[in-house]
Amino acid sequence: MAASVSVDFITHTFKGQSAPTLKDVELSIRPGEQVALIGRSGCGKSTLLHMLAGLMLPTEGCVHIRGHMVTKPSAKWNMMFQKPSLYPWMSVRQNAELGLLFAGRRDPARIDALLDLVGLADKADANVQSLSGGQQQRVALARSLATSPELLLLDEPFSALDAFTRAALQDEVSRIARQEKLTLVIVTHDIDEAVAMADRVLIMAANPGRIVGEMAIDLPTPRERASAEYSRAREQLMTTFDGLVGDGRSTAAPSADTQDAEPQRAAA
Amino acid sequence: MTAAEGTLPLTAEPALTGGEQRRSAGGRPARPAAADAGAPAPPGGAGDAGRSAPARSAVIERPARHWHTRTFRWPAVRAFLLSTVAYPALGIAVLLALWWLGGWAIASNEDVSAFAGFAPAPAFAALGELVASGDVWGTIYPSLYRIGMGLLWAFVIGVPVGVAIGLSSALREVTHVPFQFLRMISPLAWMPIAVLAFATWDGAIVFLITVAAVWPVLFSTAQGVRRIDPLWFKVARNLGADGWQMLRRVIMPAIGQDIFAGLRLAVGVAWIVLVPAEYLGVTSGLGYAINDARDTLEYDTLAAIVVVIGIIGFLLDGLCVSLIKRFSWRQAD
Ligand SMILES: Nc1ncnc2c1ncn2[C@@H]1O[C@H](COP(=O)(O)OP(=O)(O)OP(=O)(O)O)[C@@H](O)[C@H]1O
Ligand SMILES: [Mg+2]
Repeated sequence: MAASVSVDFITHTFKGQSAPTLKDVELSIRPGEQVALIGRSGCGKSTLLHMLAGLMLPTEGCVHIRGHMVTKPSAKWNMMFQKPSLYPWMSVRQNAELGLLFAGRRDPARIDALLDLVGLADKADANVQSLSGGQQQRVALARSLATSPELLLLDEPFSALDAFTRAALQDEVSRIARQEKLTLVIVTHDIDEAVAMADRVLIMAANPGRIVGEMAIDLPTPRERASAEYSRAREQLMTTFDGLVGDGRSTAAPSADTQDAEPQRAAA
Repeated sequence: MTAAEGTLPLTAEPALTGGEQRRSAGGRPARPAAADAGAPAPPGGAGDAGRSAPARSAVIERPARHWHTRTFRWPAVRAFLLSTVAYPALGIAVLLALWWLGGWAIASNEDVSAFAGFAPAPAFAALGELVASGDVWGTIYPSLYRIGMGLLWAFVIGVPVGVAIGLSSALREVTHVPFQFLRMISPLAWMPIAVLAFATWDGAIVFLITVAAVWPVLFSTAQGVRRIDPLWFKVARNLGADGWQMLRRVIMPAIGQDIFAGLRLAVGVAWIVLVPAEYLGVTSGLGYAINDARDTLEYDTLAAIVVVIGIIGFLLDGLCVSLIKRFSWRQAD
C-alpha cells in the first residue's frame, strides 16, 4: 500500500551552524508516485531524505506520511543508501529478513519470494562479501522490501555501480515499486536516472536548500531509453535544471567525484 | 494499517522472471530478470547464436582447467610444508641452540657452574619427571584457575564498559584521564592493596590479573565499537531495531573479533603478571613452583617450569587466535 507524503515547511539548521541547510521546503507526494530529487552536491538532498525517513528531525516544520507525523524511523518507510551496507556476518537471507526479525516475525516464504524477485534466489546462503556491488544492492533492496514499507527512500542507491547494472536496477526498482504500489523518492545526481525512474522530478538549489522547480516526466513505463521522447525529456530536464540552478556551464550531472565531498567516515 | 494489510502478493507473480511479460509491456528485447548485468552472460544464451564457435571452445577448455587444479602441484605443497613444518622447526631449533649455548657457557664458567641445571638436557629431564609423576598438573591447575578467573572478570567488566565508551563520546571524555591514569599503574603496584583488600591469596591474585587484563579488553572493545560503520546503525534503526536488538544483532557481532583481539593481549599481560603475583603468600601454582625451586636450588626444575609456562602461554595464545578467527567476519585478504 502506497503512502502519501506531505512536507510542511521544513527548515533545518544543523547544530553549530548559523545558516539553515534547508529552508521552507514544502512538497507533497501522491500515493504510488515516483519522485526524483536532483540538485548539486551539498544542497541538502540527503538531509531532506533523512527527515522523510525519520532518521533526523527538522528544527522547524514537520513531515506527514499517510497523515501520521514522522517522529522516528519506522520499517514502514525505508531508506536505501549509496552503499548497500549489508551485515557481513550474516548470509544473504539473514540480511534480507533482518527487519522481520526486529519485528519478531518470521516469514521464510516471503523472503524466498523477495530474493527471487531481486534475482538472488540461488544466493540465499552466500556470504554477502562474495557478491558483486549490484548484487549487494539487490540484497539491500530485498531487505528494504521485506518489512512491507509504504514508502521507499533511495539516496543515490546506484551511483557506485557500473552503467549497465545501474540501468538494470533502475528499471527493476521502478517496476517493483509500481508492482508493489510503493511511493518512491529517489535522490540522484544523475539526470538520466531521474528521467528513467520518476513521474516527477524536483529540482533543489543550495544556500539555503530549497526546492526551486519541478518537471513532470510523462512517459510510459518501463522507460524506453533509446526513444526520441526520452531524449527530449532528458534535454528538457537539463535545460530546466540549468535555468534554475546552473551557472551557464554544463551542470547537468555532477560526476562521481563530487560524492567524495560527503563526510565519509571510515568503514569498519 | 496493519502488517497483514501491507503484505504484498509476491508469490502471485510467476511471470516475473520470464522475459515474455516485459517484451509485451515495453516492446523491447527481453532481459532475463535474474541476470545481473555485471555478471558474464551464460554461454549459449540468447544472442550468442552468431558466436557459437568460440563459446563451444570455451566449454571444452573448462574441464581441463578443473583437472589441473586437482593435480599435485609441487610449489604449493612445498610452500605449505615450509610454512607449517620447516620454518617453525627452524625457529625452535635456533631457540634450543641458543639455550644449549647458554647452558654450556654456564657449565664451563666455574663461578656459576652451580647453575648448570638451566641447560636444556637437565631441564627436559626434570620436565619429564614432573610430567611422569603428575606433579606438573597440580602446579598448572591453580595457575590456570587464577588466570581464568582474572580473564573472566576482565571480560565481564571490560566488554560492557568498552561498549559504553565506544558509543558515548561524553563518557569517553569523562573516563579518559582516570582510565589512562589507572592503566599506567603497574598491576604489581596494587599488590599491597590487594593483599589488604582480599581475604584470600587467591582473591588477591585474581584481582591483580584482572587489573592487568581489563585494559586491553576494554580499549579494544571501545575501538571496535567506534570503527563500526555508522550506516550499520542507521540501517538497523530504519529497520526498526530497538536498543537491545541493536546491541545483540549489530554491535556485538560487529566487534566480536575486536573483543577477542583484546583478550589475546590480555592473556599476554595476565600471564606476565601471574608469576610474580604467585610469589605472594600462596603455596601453589607456577610462580610458587619457580620460587620454591630457586629456594631449594633445583635449577633444572626451575628451567622445566619456565618451559611449561612458555608452552601454556603459547597454547592460550593459539586459543585466542582461533577465537578471533571464529568471530571474524572480515574476509581474508
Ligand atoms: N551532520 C551534519 N552536521 C552538520 N552539517 C551537515 C551534516 N550533514 C550535512 N551537513 C551539511 O548540510 C549540507 C547538505 O548536506 P546533504 O548531505 O544533505 O547534501 P546532499 O545534497 O545530499 O549532497 P550530496 O549530493 O553530495 O550527497 C551540506 O552543506 C553539509 O555540509
Ligand atoms: Mg547526499
